[in-house]
Amino acid sequence: MSYFGDIFGGIRSLLTGMKITGGYFFPSIIGRKYTITRQYPEEPAVVAERFKGEVVMWHNENNEHRCTGCQACEIACPNGTIEIIWDRVLNEETGKKVKVIDKHIYHLGMCTMCNLCIQACPTNAIMWSTNFHNATFDRSQLTKVLNHPGSKLMTGVEE
Amino acid sequence: MILTNTTNYFSQFIAYFSDTIGWGMGGQILAYVLIAIVYLIFFALAGLYLVYLERRVAAFFQLRLGPNRVGPWGLMQTIADALKLLSKEIFGTDRKDKLLYHTAYYLVIVAALISLSVIPFSNGIAAYDINIGVFFISAVSSVGILGLLIGGWGSNNKYGVLGGMRSGLQMISYELSSGLAILTIVLMAGSLQLSEIIHQQQAGWFLWRGHIPALIAFVIFVIAGTAESNRTPFDLPEGEAELGAGYHTEYSGMGFAWFFLAEFINMFIISAVGVTLFLGGWLAPFGITDGLGMPWLWGFIWFFIKVGLMIFLLMWFRWTFPRLRIDQLLTLEWKYLLPIGLVNIILMAVLVYYHLVF
Repeated sequence: MSYFGDIFGGIRSLLTGMKITGGYFFPSIIGRKYTITRQYPEEPAVVAERFKGEVVMWHNENNEHRCTGCQACEIACPNGTIEIIWDRVLNEETGKKVKVIDKHIYHLGMCTMCNLCIQACPTNAIMWSTNFHNATFDRSQLTKVLNHPGSKLMTGVEE
Repeated sequence: MILTNTTNYFSQFIAYFSDTIGWGMGGQILAYVLIAIVYLIFFALAGLYLVYLERRVAAFFQLRLGPNRVGPWGLMQTIADALKLLSKEIFGTDRKDKLLYHTAYYLVIVAALISLSVIPFSNGIAAYDINIGVFFISAVSSVGILGLLIGGWGSNNKYGVLGGMRSGLQMISYELSSGLAILTIVLMAGSLQLSEIIHQQQAGWFLWRGHIPALIAFVIFVIAGTAESNRTPFDLPEGEAELGAGYHTEYSGMGFAWFFLAEFINMFIISAVGVTLFLGGWLAPFGITDGLGMPWLWGFIWFFIKVGLMIFLLMWFRWTFPRLRIDQLLTLEWKYLLPIGLVNIILMAVLVYYHLVF
């Protein structure tokens, strides 16, 4: 008779489900063993290593970056988040004019964190930061200049 | 220790105002009003704290923490929510049926409150201890269904109507099963009076004394009770995915809050009736606190412990089981619960006739 078989099968499957949820509930009221919630301001936030918070430009201790001003990121960006203001400066040693960035402007408010600029960068000058404290009171503060003031290109990047 | 069916504290209270002070009819009415105010306060507080409890329990089941910021452990959270809802505009549709729309939530609350008045909270503490208590509760709880139906109809909204119709269908169907489960116990007790049923359980709870049929009746009662209080897995009347919010789609502010509170009070009532019928009401298990004095206080404590456990069971169901489809809902009732309940009541009658229950 599948009628009674259905009843007992149903009860058994319901009890199996209750066992699983009970296994979550009872440890949770005693301690915080399985609890996923982190109470952020009091407890430190744990951010995944590859979390895409915002685009930053890496600088070494001599205030040097790796951006050659090639504009690959600017071209790759689908919505015009990146603008690069650059100039040609005469290199004294070689006598050639080389591209030097003045400002690498990044509009965080427009960025969709799509990762295309970072994939496009030939010299690994820009990368993701895991910083997520991006809220501001003014939209203009979301426009950031990524290269530090007075920074210059690292030697050996362009070769 | 055998407790006798002592006098009702509430009738003593009324007699104090009318006879001892000597205010007569006026004193009686004053006493009634005071009792009603106590019950209203209990209604509001129990509703609010059941909402809090539900949210905390749900959070623990889902590995979260739940509300824990407003007051210690978040205890003031639902009070803050209620204040917010009170201050909100009651914003409905233009084409609602005003009379039905505004009567609906009063009917739901009044049905819940009247049911609450019959339940014995402790020895001699029941506002209205009538000799047909169980029957009265199952009769009055049907008024709540009417509230949901006319609320859905009066708001002139397709989701409201569908939700109201579904709730009517579901609650009337499952009322049969819960009625049969209650009757199974009434066969054992030989009384419909809730205080009398509890006094009969001093020799042992009916769940144990009625062994197999009582156990089956208990399971049926819990399933039917979950369905009657419109909770998951039987929350089709307000299935979010299909119906928006079902019968209370068009309600906002306190109109919504009344429906919400009444749902939780109904859960309390279902649990209280289940505890009274099957788990000995306010009686201590094995009489362990009988000799300690203050019997009414211990009655309260045991009653609320048992009701809390029943409510926790209902919450456990809610956060474990998936929602039923409408045809599954009706199959469960008409093909499984009702036939089993009918056979069960015959089995119980035979056992009671041949004195095979303890």
